[in-house]
Amino acid sequence: MNLLEMKNVSVDIKDDVSDKSILKDVSLEFQSGKIYVITGPNGGGKSTLAKCIMGIMPQNTGEIYLAGEDISKLSIVERSKKGIGYAFQAPAKFKGLKVGRLLELAKGDSGNSVAQTLRDVGLDPDEYLERSIDNSFSGGELKRIELASILIQDLKLALFDEPEAGIDLWSFKLLIKTFKRLNRFTDTCIVIISHQERIMEMADEIVVIDKGKVAQKTVKNKLLSILNNKDLNKCEMTCCEGGELCGERN
Amino acid sequence: MANEISKEGRSLLDVIAETGKLPEAMNLRMNGHTCERRVSPNIDIKNKEDKPGIDVTVKPNTIGEVISIPVVITDGDILDKVYNTIDIGAGSDVTISAGCGIHNDSDSCSRHDGIHDFIIRENAKVKYIENHYGEGNGSGENVLNPETRIEIMENGVAELDMTQIEGVDSTIRTTKIVLHDNARIIITERLMTSGNQRADSNIEVIIDGENASAQVISRSVAKGNSVQNFFMTLTGNAKCRGHIQCDSIIMDNAKVASTPKIYAANTGAELIHEATVGRIANDQLTKLMTIGITEEEAEDIIIKGFLD
Ligand SMILES: Nc1ncnc2c1ncn2[C@@H]1O[C@H](COP(=O)(O)OP(=O)(O)O)[C@@H](O)[C@H]1O
Ligand SMILES: [Mg+2]
Repeated sequence: MNLLEMKNVSVDIKDDVSDKSILKDVSLEFQSGKIYVITGPNGGGKSTLAKCIMGIMPQNTGEIYLAGEDISKLSIVERSKKGIGYAFQAPAKFKGLKVGRLLELAKGDSGNSVAQTLRDVGLDPDEYLERSIDNSFSGGELKRIELASILIQDLKLALFDEPEAGIDLWSFKLLIKTFKRLNRFTDTCIVIISHQERIMEMADEIVVIDKGKVAQKTVKNKLLSILNNKDLNKCEMTCCEGGELCGERN
Repeated sequence: MANEISKEGRSLLDVIAETGKLPEAMNLRMNGHTCERRVSPNIDIKNKEDKPGIDVTVKPNTIGEVISIPVVITDGDILDKVYNTIDIGAGSDVTISAGCGIHNDSDSCSRHDGIHDFIIRENAKVKYIENHYGEGNGSGENVLNPETRIEIMENGVAELDMTQIEGVDSTIRTTKIVLHDNARIIITERLMTSGNQRADSNIEVIIDGENASAQVISRSVAKGNSVQNFFMTLTGNAKCRGHIQCDSIIMDNAKVASTPKIYAANTGAELIHEATVGRIANDQLTKLMTIGITEEEAEDIIIKGFLD
């Protein structure tokens, strides 16, 4: 059975300034234990899709099912309790809330360790636990804390919105490892919004979202060969040599 | 010193005078009278001759001692105005815990106006912790109007930690600082009001000394129908640095006004004022909801973190 099923989902924005449809009749299926990558041009509707699954953006038409149960009308909090998590593209900053506190809150009943989760995203707990999540952090640090707040949960479905944005090459390798570990040791369905070829290489399935529609849906080999034919050498991540990532490519 | 401290007085003290260390010197004022006093070889406390209040004198080079001068009011219908002068000797490094707790079950007003005059002498360092708190079931108002004036001499450092987060119906806080050469001050103010409470805070920092610096961090939360007013003034008369950061969260029907003034009278003065007023950011609430926290709990967590 599918873990998550979106049936004919549309999202429209109607307010004083705009009246446009952001997602148009999207139907997708996601299964446990698999990795999905959602890609496509900026403004195509990728983040909206993820927010719609999380309950942050309500859909206007269509339904979403989690393990067969219609969750379309459930709140964000209820969806979280059912095992859906979303790592924001632009993480919120909090004047005063500490990293350790946020992770404790996110942890809930899961048995995962706050300190270890921080180490997994490349942050030293001694240095970060007591710091508040404010302007003193770089964009990359904020992204890693955001990532940690998802990894610490035991999720059925984990959505990551451009997790690689703003992080350096070293952290990027760690990120890949982290996704692989999550995939190997849990049954979590991993959905990653990304433009990175390295991340697409991990995918069981790649979905291209463009102009609010599913433009293409394919198993990875096909799309990667399309990408490869384009201009692989210009892709920034191909510059790493000798590392395990390059080894894994072959 | 005839008064015995009551049970309510004790529990108020636990709220306002927690320093984590037994003070070497202390003066407890209850319902308008001194009711307990302790001095140390380095710290003397005497009554003023001409008006209510005390003179606290810290000998030069007194290191690591704690002075506690709390005020407790458990009677209704009281207006307690007190003048304290605190002289910190050169080269000292001490902690002072002050503050006022009111327990008012009456239907008339309990009011304390504490006027503190500090002189922090050359190379001395002071941490000043002030906690204001009110409680009680009567309709009588709890009113606190503290006035704190601090002069910091060459190379002196003061760190002020001022908190008022519950139960004070009306407050006008006045803080006035003068800094001499190389002196430094860091003020952290935290305020929360609810119901029909009203709080004014006027902080004025005058930097007269070369290379002196001032940092003022004010954080407040206004709930219900409460009203807050901030007046922050920073004057640089020398080559110096000053930074005021004033952030407020408003909820319900509350109102907050923040009035900044920075005045530079020297080309070497670098002064910054930042102020924000707004509701709790939506992205913060949403983030906490996505990790399973209800909106009400999320508000509470965000406010606690903000005021921490
Ligand atoms: N809350 C919103 N209000 C109005 N327009 C929005 C809102 N959220 C997204 N959009 C618009 O919807 C489109 C898709 O946005 P988004 O899902 O963020 O795209 P992507 O993540 O693929 O870059 C964009 O044109 C964006 O401007
Ligand atoms: Mg996006």
